[in-house]
Amino acid sequence: MDMTSEMPLLEVEQLSVEFDTRRGIVHGLRGVNLSVGRGETLAIVGESGSGKSVTAQAVMGLIDVPGRIAGGDIRWKGRSLLSREGARAARDIRGKEIALIFQDPMTSLNPLLKIGVQIGEVLQRHLGMSRSQAQTRVLELLEAVGIPAPPRRANQYPHELSGGMRQRVMIAMAIACEPQLLIADEPTTALDVTIQAQVLELIAGLQESLNLSVILITHDLGVVAGLCHRVAVMYAGRIVETGTADDIFERPAHPYTQGLIRSTPRLDDRLDRLIAIEGAPPDMLSPPAGCAFRLRCPSADTTCTQEPPLLSFMNGGNAACWHPSNVAAVVETAEVAIQALP
Amino acid sequence: MSYTATADMPIEVIDPPQPVQPLVSVRGLSVAYDAGRVGWWGKPRRIAALDGVSFDIYRGETLGLVGESGSGKTTTGRAVLRRIDSTSGSIEFQGHDITHVNGVALRQLRRHMQLVFQDPYASLNPRMRVLDIVAEPLIAHGFVRKADEARDEIGELLRLVGLPRDAHDRFPHAFSGGQRQRIGIARALALKPEFIVADEPVSALDVSVRAQVVNLLQDLQQELGLSYLFIAHDLSVVRHISHRIAILYSGRLVELANRDELYENPLHPYTEALLSAVPVPHPRIQRARKRIVYRGEIPDPGHWPSGCHFHSRCPLATERCSLQAPPLVERSPGHFVACWHR
Repeated sequence: MDMTSEMPLLEVEQLSVEFDTRRGIVHGLRGVNLSVGRGETLAIVGESGSGKSVTAQAVMGLIDVPGRIAGGDIRWKGRSLLSREGARAARDIRGKEIALIFQDPMTSLNPLLKIGVQIGEVLQRHLGMSRSQAQTRVLELLEAVGIPAPPRRANQYPHELSGGMRQRVMIAMAIACEPQLLIADEPTTALDVTIQAQVLELIAGLQESLNLSVILITHDLGVVAGLCHRVAVMYAGRIVETGTADDIFERPAHPYTQGLIRSTPRLDDRLDRLIAIEGAPPDMLSPPAGCAFRLRCPSADTTCTQEPPLLSFMNGGNAACWHPSNVAAVVETAEVAIQALP
Repeated sequence: MSYTATADMPIEVIDPPQPVQPLVSVRGLSVAYDAGRVGWWGKPRRIAALDGVSFDIYRGETLGLVGESGSGKTTTGRAVLRRIDSTSGSIEFQGHDITHVNGVALRQLRRHMQLVFQDPYASLNPRMRVLDIVAEPLIAHGFVRKADEARDEIGELLRLVGLPRDAHDRFPHAFSGGQRQRIGIARALALKPEFIVADEPVSALDVSVRAQVVNLLQDLQQELGLSYLFIAHDLSVVRHISHRIAILYSGRLVELANRDELYENPLHPYTEALLSAVPVPHPRIQRARKRIVYRGEIPDPGHWPSGCHFHSRCPLATERCSLQAPPLVERSPGHFVACWHR
């Protein structure tokens, strides 16, 4: 799959986000670069506090006080969404061309509005539909996301629906304006496993039928494996490795990626003991200098206190590390790809 | 025929093969919750949460109890610990019937069985020092009067669960999720219990930290000879810690087997669905896997269908399944399943 010939749909360049807190500045994102092509599914994988949700929120323009975008750029089809003119256009793009679904479908639906009215609102706001036009379309959408008996469901309130159904409603709302990019922020974390399988199948089906690009944000490597073309692994506010799903799982270069894969319990092996990554992620008030993973890394040495180089590999992936495992495949070492940040 | 020792016959003491007595033995346990009444003069309603669950836990063994939300897994844990009352059935601990003990006897009993909670953020009092948190059970049971009297003992406990010695005087907020869970485990161990119910102890933790806590629980079991009832919502983590696994669906046990037997030869269609729903973190294997995605939802407690609770979602269901609940029968040694068709 060659995605490079075409202009990517979404580009994020050197994005930094900071949060002012009473204890000081929390460095949420520290120079994140990523791009998503048309019809592509990118997974952003990381642990809590790694900045994966902040990335989604920044793209959606949801970073608000006490947070701020401290640097970098977000481009949609080549146009900046952060410049003054871009910001105006961004209001129409977000929600229409880029849609977001959240982790918790209960808190992201208005408990006082009927399902049908909530989805209809999106259509009226972005597509200028009349109320009755919107209501017809709502029923089609509910049908499309596999909700049985749409006319009855449209008249119900969120509390009358189960978690899986609510997540389907969120997805119906997200695809209402036929977006080109769907950002799914931990869409199945709050759901039971058998329901999770249903929702993942729905997202995969919609992606194919609508030719959607998808950014799937998750902490669960298992979810990624079946669904995504490319994977970006985040740690402490940076992307430490990207690559195709096959490469990331079979030939991970960054020690953190390796550790993450090893510590994920698998159904298909009989290990009596899980292999843990020792230690805990760093405090983002004062992230360690150089490679943020060095304090937990088995192959760390003194060079790791320097900013790691971004290494590009033969297979198109890259990793920010001084001691990657597949050194032979390195084709190019960027000067200092990740700029030193305060 | 009876053996009587005579002069010319050497006396041989033949012990009948003594079956190993289980530490915990649960038979036909049912629990229902009060759900208020409809109107002032209405009949009080009760919602069934658990319906005739039976299992044994042996010394030094881990029984994994797996179920989705509403299946009654937490209810089982609490009922076994006598935190909530059962409506019928019996619970034995070390051969004594504890179904109805109360007062002083119940307090005595609680020294032997402890609980580790799911959420390490909500289960530790933010205003108490670690020393006070871990010492609280000792004070409650009258072993010490003040936390400081138990300082050395608690230092030893903190070392046992892998916390720094100076953790004593710090407050929970100074610790990461994984470390907080270690504090929770230290508190559960303070009274030197034989039996611990771990209610989803790693579900709230990040993947890389999850493995640390699971490994710690295994080490403690080895060192202290503990027995665990390990509650989980999917089949991924339990594989690494359990000796035997029980599957709950809507308040009933549907399958119980040795760990490897369950993974290699699942019998109940619901177990198959659960196994197939957990994604394998490996793209090529995951793509090649047969995914079983069952339509429909988990029935609400209080609205259980008649017959087998799984029949509305089951591909094998026939008329009999909707009328008669299948009993839990032993299909092969140690492998129990409740299904008319398997």
